[in-house]
Amino acid sequence: MLVILTILCGFLIGISIVSSGSSSPIGRYTGIVTAPIQKGLNRLGSFLGSFSSSLTDAAALKAENEELLAKVDTLTAENSKLVLDKEELERLQTLLDLRNQYSELDIVAAHVISRGSGNWFNTFTIDKGSADGIKVDCNVLAGAGLVGIVTSVGRNWARVRAIIDDDSNVSAMVSTTSDTCIIAGNLELIDQGTLSLVKLTDDNNHVHVGDKVVTSSISEKFLPGILIGYISELNNDANNLTKSGQLTPVVDFRHLQEVLIIRTLKVYVPSEETPEEKASGLEGWIDIELPGMETEPSSESASPSA
Amino acid sequence: MKRKIVLLFLCLSAAFLETSFLDYLEIASIRPNLQVILTTSFALMCGVKSGMGVGFTAGLFLDVVSGGILGYNALILTWIGYLAGIAYRIFYDDDIKTPLILIAATDLLFCFYQYMTTFMFRGRIHFFFYLKRIIIPEMLYTAMLAVVIYQLNFWINKKLPLEGRRRAPGERI
Repeated sequence: MLVILTILCGFLIGISIVSSGSSSPIGRYTGIVTAPIQKGLNRLGSFLGSFSSSLTDAAALKAENEELLAKVDTLTAENSKLVLDKEELERLQTLLDLRNQYSELDIVAAHVISRGSGNWFNTFTIDKGSADGIKVDCNVLAGAGLVGIVTSVGRNWARVRAIIDDDSNVSAMVSTTSDTCIIAGNLELIDQGTLSLVKLTDDNNHVHVGDKVVTSSISEKFLPGILIGYISELNNDANNLTKSGQLTPVVDFRHLQEVLIIRTLKVYVPSEETPEEKASGLEGWIDIELPGMETEPSSESASPSA
Repeated sequence: MKRKIVLLFLCLSAAFLETSFLDYLEIASIRPNLQVILTTSFALMCGVKSGMGVGFTAGLFLDVVSGGILGYNALILTWIGYLAGIAYRIFYDDDIKTPLILIAATDLLFCFYQYMTTFMFRGRIHFFFYLKRIIIPEMLYTAMLAVVIYQLNFWINKKLPLEGRRRAPGERI
């Protein structure tokens, strides 16, 4: 029996590795059933959590309430002033055609309903899926910054890998200098609340601690310009060419309840081309290169003397 | 039959609790491992065959619900059910110390398996960091929770019809 079950497990592992990426049919259909149950359990859990905390702070809440009521008055006054300012800002923005990049994106909100199993990985499931227009590789935001990326999707659920996951690598750049780097999740840094920042090319030493890091424009999957966090530590690598350090993310991953999913996918050019376009593009390239190559046999074209 | 249905239900609910509800019981972002508790306790109470069955089912449900590689958790939990099932012939199940030690040991095994397969092969070789930060806390937390859950499982096991249950001491071979 042990042997049979072991072989069966091995078989299943093999199947799911081979068909990974586009989620396997079993996972896709069970997800449709399990997502509502997880949603309910999650709601129960958050209800119990808020219930227990409300018991403990009842006295403190009364004092806080009075304080807050006073604050509401001042804020209402302030708000009406801000609304005026905002209208003015919008008018000026349209005038200058400098609309915020995020506001043009197609965004949908979702709740986090379950986490991945075990203590090793930081993945979670949300309660929106392909029925709401979510696709694999959609970027996920929360409040100010980047949370992660959709790795698999079903009809009413989608699985997201957070950028703090040990498996995650995000191509990023420093917003001031546009120097590129990689933001890699690292379980060893999770307690410090940081991510590791590697392969930063900064030849002129213009990058400093505290600089803003955003997703890079050369990333295949992440839309450019999404805020990730701020550099908190920076050191030279042993090779003296690149730098590495740590980055503090702007998102609070411990208390993630609602996230925003950008339905606009990053347009990655090679996959957009039709085969004909590709072929014609290649021919054009050969046409241009051939006159220069005619004097040399193509096999030696790599040598500098040519 | 009734026994199988109840066990199936236990495995299924463990998978759901593990992936959603246990978030609220996390201590220092460490979650206890319900699957290991379930598998080891039924293996100790009912023997190798039941242990493997429960382990395989619980693991498979966890894989399906959490959306990982199918069979990944089922494999190790089947083995845990087998190994803990060996203890069925050696120990009695009504003393809490034996199951606690056994659950801690099997959870350790589970963590080593996860570390080896998912972290070590990717070059994350600071084993002692992971031991201190994840493996030992998870083991302790799981053992702590097992004090309660083992009693519950023990009670459920007693209520269930006899098929495959531990024989009375006089009948033991």
